[in-house]
Amino acid sequence: MGSELKIINGRVYDPINDIDGEIRDVCIRDGKIVESVADDAKVIDAAGKVVMPGGVDMHCHIAGHKVNLARKFQPEDHRHDVQPRVGALRSGTGGTVPSTFTTGYRYATLGYTTAMEAAVPPMGARHTLEELHDTPVVDKGFYLLLANNVCLNQLLEQGRHAEFRDAVAWWLNKSKAYAIKLVNPGGDEPWKGRKNSNVHDLDQPISGFDLTPRKIIKALIDVSNDLGLPHPAHIHCNNLGHSGNYATTLETMKTADGRRAHITHIQFHSYGGEVGKNPTSAARQIVDYINEHPNISADVGQVMFGKATIMTADAPLTWLLRNMSKDKWINADTECESGCGIIPFSYQEHVYTHAIQWAIGLELFLLSKDPWRMVLSTDHPNGGSFENYPRLIRLLMDKPFRDEQAKRANPKAIANTSLLDIDREFTMREIVIVTRAGPARLLGLENKGHLGVGADADITIYDEMEDKEAMFNAARYVIKGGELFIDNHEFRFDHEGSVYHVSPSYNPEIERVLKPFFEDYYSVQFENYPVSDHYIARGVTVPTGQSQP
Amino acid sequence: MRLTLHAVPEVPLEAEAICPDMLMGLSADKAAELPVFHGNEKARLGDFFSVQGEARDGTVTVEGDLSKVKLIGNGMSTGRLRIEGDVGAHLGAEMRGGEIVVTGNAGDWVGREMSGGRITIRGDAGHMVGCAVRGVPVGMLGGEIIVHGNAGNEVGHGMRRGLIAIGGDSGDFTGVSMKAGTVVVMGRLGMRPGAGMVRGTLISTQPAELLPTFNYDTTYRPPIIRTILIYLRKLGFTVEDLYLNGPYQRWSGDSIELNKGEILLYAGTRQ
Repeated sequence: MGSELKIINGRVYDPINDIDGEIRDVCIRDGKIVESVADDAKVIDAAGKVVMPGGVDMHCHIAGHKVNLARKFQPEDHRHDVQPRVGALRSGTGGTVPSTFTTGYRYATLGYTTAMEAAVPPMGARHTLEELHDTPVVDKGFYLLLANNVCLNQLLEQGRHAEFRDAVAWWLNKSKAYAIKLVNPGGDEPWKGRKNSNVHDLDQPISGFDLTPRKIIKALIDVSNDLGLPHPAHIHCNNLGHSGNYATTLETMKTADGRRAHITHIQFHSYGGEVGKNPTSAARQIVDYINEHPNISADVGQVMFGKATIMTADAPLTWLLRNMSKDKWINADTECESGCGIIPFSYQEHVYTHAIQWAIGLELFLLSKDPWRMVLSTDHPNGGSFENYPRLIRLLMDKPFRDEQAKRANPKAIANTSLLDIDREFTMREIVIVTRAGPARLLGLENKGHLGVGADADITIYDEMEDKEAMFNAARYVIKGGELFIDNHEFRFDHEGSVYHVSPSYNPEIERVLKPFFEDYYSVQFENYPVSDHYIARGVTVPTGQSQP
Repeated sequence: MRLTLHAVPEVPLEAEAICPDMLMGLSADKAAELPVFHGNEKARLGDFFSVQGEARDGTVTVEGDLSKVKLIGNGMSTGRLRIEGDVGAHLGAEMRGGEIVVTGNAGDWVGREMSGGRITIRGDAGHMVGCAVRGVPVGMLGGEIIVHGNAGNEVGHGMRRGLIAIGGDSGDFTGVSMKAGTVVVMGRLGMRPGAGMVRGTLISTQPAELLPTFNYDTTYRPPIIRTILIYLRKLGFTVEDLYLNGPYQRWSGDSIELNKGEILLYAGTRQ
């Protein structure tokens, strides 16, 4: 590389470095942001434009076998959204679950340069890394599903905590994962064992084990803090989508007991009311708890009206939804590690439940006092495609637009929330926090989400416009790793992006414990199981820090 | 306007340009410049067809062995398209109006997702007549497909409205997952007719082996059959008098779905 670039006259937003809309220059050399560059460096004149770090999506589903199944079983979703070959870029298909190359290009078009795949069973790590290799432009990584792992559950119920910790570290190492993901902790065993069965309480025993969901949650929160992982345990709570589930969510957050934990797509976990009846909004209770507990962070998982695809490791949930839609459904079981369910879905304005989900998501954003800990996501593609982000940003920044949209939605649902009473409008600085600086900080990515000296030169430049949806819909310039990927709305070059992963240390003796389990229960040989290094030719090992309090 | 195939394509030719909507008002020279896809390569209509005359009233005649030419009459909404010879797949796909007549045989996917107009095939049709594409629950939304010969599998898959008539036999899964609409087969139905049908009517003049999820209701003389068959006779079908008034068995199904579909099988004497 060795290329130098200077962005001048732009209005710069960089909350991590306390820069809020100042007109100043940004200098780039060798893919990093530097103090100054030579006079003959290439110059981008960003007068009348807004300069900010590249977007960071900390929770999306973009690679791996469930994503690929979702692509394959929805040909109707792709046929009217074709991504043509442009210059050096590859062709592909769009829809709610775009093909790998298209995913990368479309993230970049919106100004996103980092995206984290949020749920991968260890067995799916190879497949995921292969797809991430083909997901261009963005830097990426994935979270490892460990909350329904039979082997780990056995160690836990026998009270072998040191071995449990080593086994988790081994699994993170061997699958090249970035963080620990919990999905419906403990729910897979009853689901796999009996028809339409699940756990509904954190202290309910899990069939087959002397365990409760709470014990699993506590253990994994502890391990991710003890190992000093850059991102804490990433938790999809129990009872997703059920009325009255906010109580479970509060209990889950209390289980962290002051230690760091991240609650994901929290909108789906903020419902009041009685089980089996229409949900009400419990956004206030959830936000109040998070406002007072700095150890907890969350991403919203906003629902956007229109087509979506539900894909989750929470298989019993998709069974429930499938019985409403009567449409096609995929249910899968990943040996001793996880489950999976996929269904096509559509959020409709006139439907009470969908409208209240939409309003609760917005309430969570707008009631939160700390945007650093309540960041933006749609749980792509579960709440809607990431291509809805510009519209979501406008909803947050533009009160009249938001009210106008709310008036189109089911009035009973909107009246059951406080949405119309909230006057807050996000500032540009707050948008930069929830889409860039906040997720980067929560992920522990020190070189992302800001424009300070030494940061990765992942930068987006938007035209300053009154209509924020139009503004964020297409960045005029996108710089990835110091190179202009989008130059004046035109794609310039193909960029692969790096895979971020962790490598916590562990006692190698743990393999003596794990190997017999593999021989008894796995279809894969123990020696063949670990993902070798050549799967991450462009890997970045993020150091694990000191054990967190 | 008359289009004559002068170069047989080596690989399937996607010729959405052959459609009265596109050709109406164009001179022969302009029409020859319209784009077609030969495999993955862009070509001109004139590279494969010689074009004569104009289509002032929306009448277009195409001749030659078009069995490798796909998507003729795609999205057609008006005019008349006459094809002298065989034709390839996706004839009249997403058609909204107008009329297509084929003197020879047609390929698969005739009238896929069509919503209006009429397609007449004098010879045989391939599989997936009036069908939904894979992944989409709903197929044909209206219009008529009249096949004088035989048809392949999955006739009227996911059909919601309209009429499909087959003069000869039909393949397996005739009327599979039908939502509504009418399918008439003068010959024999293949295996598992009406599987997964929700509503709609499937009529055959020949005996058929039905799935166990269809239940026998009654034997009666529905007047609608007479109306439909006389209409088909006017369109050129050979319909014997005994089928017009004869008794029909009514089977309802598919009981794993809504059970509001019906299969009507001729149950009278035969000569």
